[in-house]
Amino acid sequence: MDLAPYLLLAGLEGLVQASVLMLTALGLSLVFGVMRVVNVAHGEFFMAGALIAWACGAYIPGPPALGFIAGLLVAPLAVGALAWAADRTILQKIGYNPEGTIVSTIGMLYILQQGALLTFGPDARAVDAPFYYTIRTPWFGYSSYKLFTVAVAFALVAALWLLMRKSKVGLLMRATQFDRETALNFGIPVGKVYSAVFAIGAMMAAVAGVLVVPNQQAHYLMGTDPLLLSFVVVIVGGLGSIPGTIAAAVLIGLSDGLLSVFFSPTLAKIVSTLLVALVLIFKPEGLFTVKGRRA
Amino acid sequence: MSLDTTQAPPETGRGSPARLIHNGRLFALVLATIAGLFALQFVLSDYLVLAVTRILIMAVFAMGYNMLMGYTGLLSLGHAMFFGAGLYAAGLSSYYWGTSLPVSFLIGILASLAFSFVIGLLALRTQGVSFMIVTLMFAQAAYLATLYFSRVTGGDQGLTLPTDARSFSLFGAAMDMTSDTVRFNLALAIFAAVLVAMYFVTQGPLGRLFAAVRENEPRTQMLGFDTYRVRLAAFTISGTISGLAGALYGLVFGYIGSAFAGFHYSIEALLFTLVGGPGTLLGPLLGTAVMTMLIDRLSGITTAYLMIVGVILILVNRWFPKGILGTIRERALPWLK
Repeated sequence: MDLAPYLLLAGLEGLVQASVLMLTALGLSLVFGVMRVVNVAHGEFFMAGALIAWACGAYIPGPPALGFIAGLLVAPLAVGALAWAADRTILQKIGYNPEGTIVSTIGMLYILQQGALLTFGPDARAVDAPFYYTIRTPWFGYSSYKLFTVAVAFALVAALWLLMRKSKVGLLMRATQFDRETALNFGIPVGKVYSAVFAIGAMMAAVAGVLVVPNQQAHYLMGTDPLLLSFVVVIVGGLGSIPGTIAAAVLIGLSDGLLSVFFSPTLAKIVSTLLVALVLIFKPEGLFTVKGRRA
Repeated sequence: MSLDTTQAPPETGRGSPARLIHNGRLFALVLATIAGLFALQFVLSDYLVLAVTRILIMAVFAMGYNMLMGYTGLLSLGHAMFFGAGLYAAGLSSYYWGTSLPVSFLIGILASLAFSFVIGLLALRTQGVSFMIVTLMFAQAAYLATLYFSRVTGGDQGLTLPTDARSFSLFGAAMDMTSDTVRFNLALAIFAAVLVAMYFVTQGPLGRLFAAVRENEPRTQMLGFDTYRVRLAAFTISGTISGLAGALYGLVFGYIGSAFAGFHYSIEALLFTLVGGPGTLLGPLLGTAVMTMLIDRLSGITTAYLMIVGVILILVNRWFPKGILGTIRERALPWLK
């Protein structure tokens, strides 16, 4: 048996998964990095993005590409607005206390998930890809849309990196992340920065959901796996670190793809959840603890 | 439960002689609650007696959770793994080895004791947010393991215990798990035993030590206590009681399945405790009763009834963080703890 086509296929699938995972995980990492908030509802923002993309595709007449572009714009805006409102009305009011925040985001998880069930019903929804063009390899044809998602994901990550490093907004975010009190003393509107960061984090998950939905059906329970894998990536890669998150996303995306192909998806998930727990227990430095502050 | 209260720590400083009952009014309330619950079976319809049976068992689970979250201040997001450990250890030994019900129950308790001790050893090396995520991840791995080994566990479909595993004889009297009255009184007896045991643990010296760790861990350390061991004790007791509840649930209702080890059950324990009042002895019972009744009603109206779980988690957290009994304790009855 020739192994090359299998490896190529697993590698390509892993790359596609890794790029979507990278977007989702960076959103989670940004929120934790700046706000020290563990957002358990992050996967539901991903799910909301996917379902909005389906609704755009289903209700906007014309070619699928039009609905797709609409979804790519509407989903992050709607989800971002929702996250912004949630931060203002819930998280800010409890002063971001760690236990309270995690309990509240669990509450958001249930509300979003069950809200999606009420609105869209329990059925899985398929979405047409905006374009069908098959790239030929010597052994199999591969969807060009999937490679397009990889390109979009990397472009968005580059945009985030530029935003964080080169813009005024990014400077405010980094200052808040570095030292909240001092940032406040220098007149940085920390409350607004927090809301913006929470919204941006959610928007990244929503875009990832839009990108993934032509490959995978939209469903109200689809948020669980991305949440779990994002946790893995964020904790293994180091929180708040963009390069670490990217590296970990590629590593986890590829190895999860390989493990799922050669063993079973459930076993792959068991391994990754245990990995998160053990990393946090035995190697928390640079992962969850910031010097002088208890995470 | 024989807790050595004769060696009450001298630092109580009240000069009072060491007493076995530290909080008389609360103990009276505990006994009154048990008596009231016993009387319910003569008043309620069959359907409600069954509902109360389930509430009693889930309240034991929530009481175990409260030991850690309410009294010791450690928020776990993975207590379903202990509930599941008790459920599976008891249910599987009954299913595959045909052990009698009391033996299966004991196996369930011992398995969750061992399991929670080992998980505690590992998870308690972390604190705060990390602790929550570590417990969440261990629980998720445990849940996935019940699916992965579905040839043994039955996975999502679960296993129904065979008929001969549904009864046992107690001093010559046959106890049949398909009878509503037997189930109710058995659940009540075990609930009462756990409640009284919890009373002695939480109101005695050990309970004060748990509260000391919750309020100020460095100071407790400075007073010469090994706080890691205190937290480990709280974690193990908490996990074992949760596992006991799981074993009881599986044996009384004759069904074991993966869902019982899932994320939702961890959140139910948290929700029940939060609503009733964390760090109060009777809070978990009240929270379980209120929430179970509410969810029961809502599930008749809509399929998305779990949304209310989310709404209540957020509302309680924002406006009502001490829960029902915690608020009453703060306003009027300071002995209600």
